[in-house]
Amino acid sequence: MKYLDEYRDGALVRKVVDEIRDEISAPWTLMEICGGQTHSIVRSGLDRLLPTQLTLVHGPGCPVCVTPLETIDRSLAIASRPEVIFTSYGDMIRVPGSSTDLFSVRASGGDVRVVYSPLDALQLARENPDREVVFFAIGFETTAPPNAMSVLQASRLGVGNYSVLVSHACVPPAMRAILGWPGNLVQAFLAAGHVCTVMGYWEYPPIAEEFSVPIVVTGFEPLDLARGISAAVRQLEEGRAQAENAYPRAVTFEGNRPAQALISQVFETCDRKWRGIGEIPESGLRLREEYADFDAEKKFDVGSLTTEESSVCIAGEILQGRKKPADCPVFGETCTPEHPLGATMVSSEGACAAYYRYGRDS
Amino acid sequence: MCLAIPGRVTEIYENDGLKMGKVDFGGISREVCLEYLDAIEEDNYVIVHVGFAINVLDEEEALYTLNLLRELVEIEGELEPEQ
Repeated sequence: MKYLDEYRDGALVRKVVDEIRDEISAPWTLMEICGGQTHSIVRSGLDRLLPTQLTLVHGPGCPVCVTPLETIDRSLAIASRPEVIFTSYGDMIRVPGSSTDLFSVRASGGDVRVVYSPLDALQLARENPDREVVFFAIGFETTAPPNAMSVLQASRLGVGNYSVLVSHACVPPAMRAILGWPGNLVQAFLAAGHVCTVMGYWEYPPIAEEFSVPIVVTGFEPLDLARGISAAVRQLEEGRAQAENAYPRAVTFEGNRPAQALISQVFETCDRKWRGIGEIPESGLRLREEYADFDAEKKFDVGSLTTEESSVCIAGEILQGRKKPADCPVFGETCTPEHPLGATMVSSEGACAAYYRYGRDS
Repeated sequence: MCLAIPGRVTEIYENDGLKMGKVDFGGISREVCLEYLDAIEEDNYVIVHVGFAINVLDEEEALYTLNLLRELVEIEGELEPEQ
């Protein structure tokens, strides 16, 4: 496909990796924020091609992974109600809550449907006025405008039987939290390309300066990733710490302003819990008061439901770059993609799941 | 999750007050919401995520970077000593 296949050209990727090899003179640790990037790096074998001085730490940028267990339990409680059609992106369907998952709720009679877009969920609500249609609105800043648009459109069209269970997370506060951890190992970030397509990268120069850390906006194909890594290594070698764009075909400094305005119109910032990490101040989005009628948590009164995480899972340390998945005693044993114990095994974009799937088990 | 792919806009229209369009992904056509793109024309390439175009792809940038790298690889090939 045009503007996709060209960025998988092995000869060009090897050329950029050769440049990195020529340039690198010290051990450096980079974090790719986005789980989609982790998946692409491991699937393409780029991790095995890079010089050994370079360590890639896999960040928390997988919304499915970092959705708190209690939010999943809330989704299950709502989806089990007979009047509800519960809709979700496909990624969430097999994610286990503390006792079951959406797939099993469907098997035992719940009306759970996978949709491609939140507008499809809204359409279902219009076609089924006697049912309550709930959409599981998860995601980062890339997904926030579509989810916001469905709420805005429901409000405009007066679709009262549509609501959203919101679990939105924002990337820059998580980057600040990671850099502020005692003993942080991350020396440069590959910023998540499609989050920046929406948000631009105007939020990053202050972070780069405050923490002396290069931040390189990076795409998802192997060539994009190699170029992002190359730019980050060059900055580190030259002692620079700047926000830089290595994905200019998709990202501008300002980003998509109408989409940003849409996010602020429908959502407001809130503190939120990240599975595997804990609470990060002002790192989440919730519906503004004027859209409270579309808030599924209020509509079905599930806000007070809380759940504890597994105590053996080391996802937090993996996300901090202190440990690799294979360091975990239960990796591939009692913790597998079918029965994940923690955030990083939950979705195919989690570091543990990617390592499990592509045989990086030692 | 933040997967987004490029496609070519083949048709632009309005539906329920929203700017919508048809986008071609290598032969497969899908309906996409174009509402939060300021300027969009047919034949533009857009980056699509969960049924929404999140930006117009900058084709000039895309080709510039690729051509630069391809030239480097070619020059290197020419410089390699013959066996």
